[in-house]
Amino acid sequence: MPIDTPRGKNFRRKVFLTWVALFALLAGACYGLHLDFGTVVQKLPFLLGLRLAPDGFIQGAALTLFVTVCSMFFALLVALITALGRLSNNPFAFAVATFYASLFRGTPLVVQVLIIYLALPQIGIILGGLTSGLIALSLNYGAYLAETIRSGVMAVPQGQREAALALALPRWVIAWKVIAPQALRLIIPPAGALFVSMLKDSALVSLMGLWELNFLAQSYARASYQYMEMLIAAALIYWALSIVFELVQVRLERRFGKGVASAWARN
Amino acid sequence: MAADDKPTILAVTKLNKWYGSQHVLRDVSLDIAAHERVAVFGPSGSGKSTLLRCLNGLEPHQSGRILVDGTELTGSAAALGVVRREIGMVFQSFNLFPHMTAVENCSLAPIWVRKTPPAEAADLALRYLTRVGLAAHAHKYPGQLSGGEQQRVAIARALCMAPKIMLFDEPTSALDPEMIQEVLDIIVDLADSGMTMICVTHEMSFARRISDRLVFMDRGEIVEQGTPDQVFDSPRTERLRTFLRAGR
Repeated sequence: MPIDTPRGKNFRRKVFLTWVALFALLAGACYGLHLDFGTVVQKLPFLLGLRLAPDGFIQGAALTLFVTVCSMFFALLVALITALGRLSNNPFAFAVATFYASLFRGTPLVVQVLIIYLALPQIGIILGGLTSGLIALSLNYGAYLAETIRSGVMAVPQGQREAALALALPRWVIAWKVIAPQALRLIIPPAGALFVSMLKDSALVSLMGLWELNFLAQSYARASYQYMEMLIAAALIYWALSIVFELVQVRLERRFGKGVASAWARN
Repeated sequence: MAADDKPTILAVTKLNKWYGSQHVLRDVSLDIAAHERVAVFGPSGSGKSTLLRCLNGLEPHQSGRILVDGTELTGSAAALGVVRREIGMVFQSFNLFPHMTAVENCSLAPIWVRKTPPAEAADLALRYLTRVGLAAHAHKYPGQLSGGEQQRVAIARALCMAPKIMLFDEPTSALDPEMIQEVLDIIVDLADSGMTMICVTHEMSFARRISDRLVFMDRGEIVEQGTPDQVFDSPRTERLRTFLRAGR
């Protein structure tokens, strides 16, 4: 059930208050540990990526966000093409799409990252850390996203296609105006979950020496012996970014829930 | 068996269709004259809906010919386009686009197929929605409408393309009893206006009221056809007699 189903003001107020209470509880628990967040505050501009790394590149949360957003874009592109192949009656396209999806869903992301970054140079293909990370994340998540897109398209009732065909609508109008908006409503929630998951998996690019959020938090922690403080700070920043993603998702769900949400409002 | 004084607008000759090894239409031949109103009835699984779906190419046929106003339905995209522009269809389950308002449902095809300017298409949609008595609901989504209202929008949506022939595939079968009449009234109104139409239906009194000719199908064949009086009062075949008796 989408989050935007109107359940009245009272419901939303209680949800908000419960969130605040749970958050206060968590904060209280942290406070009880007598942690010293002095170093965290001092390093915060670096963690957030407000300062550039010594090599002049972005770092911290900014780099995490950059890697995630770029990978999202390429994953979406790869997923669309793969989903088309999966839905196609062309055996070649179908085979390529299923082979790719099976390969990248069937192997661990960390192995893919290492193969692309560490193993490919052995055969003469040398890619930078950032490029390797983007390629691995895009290909891995593209495989999952393709299945999400395919299931969304297939879940649109056959009668919708038939009604559109009977009206003599051209194929691209059927795809774009009739099928896609209805499929998107079904695709957005699981796709949103994938993107949040990708945000956190982007920490894997630290393996290739990129100074993203997780990498910085660990190295500052190591230097100051304040593991708890630094990792809590990193976790909170990841969480805040995820919440932003979730808010975007809620808005998109509302946008594509048109007509369906109104049916619920009526009941 | 089209009336002699009117030109044939739709000609089906020795149509055969299989689903795998199942022979669902057997040598079906049917000529429809312009402005003729034909009701097709028969037990479920008799192939009546399949026949209807073959007429606008939603289902491909394996042999035989379908000629719609001079265009043969060959399965080529061009022929399909021409034929579907001339044939409107109303489905049992309405199949309205749930993410579009009634007006948007109705103006989509005029805009993209007939290239009507959007404002003009909206006017056109509103005109037909008014005709089916739904002007007040024009900007509602299908989910906000009752089943009967949705089916009336579906009829308006088909009419917006100004089809020469209308196909109705059990238009009232998915409706609550109290909503059936409002949909039948619209179809009767359409029949009285001279629209050529073929209606697959279980509503026998309605079939009798609107049609010039009744076609009885069973097991993929046209078993018997004739005027409503002939078919109801003096059925010639045992199969039709049995079917009518069971229906009483």
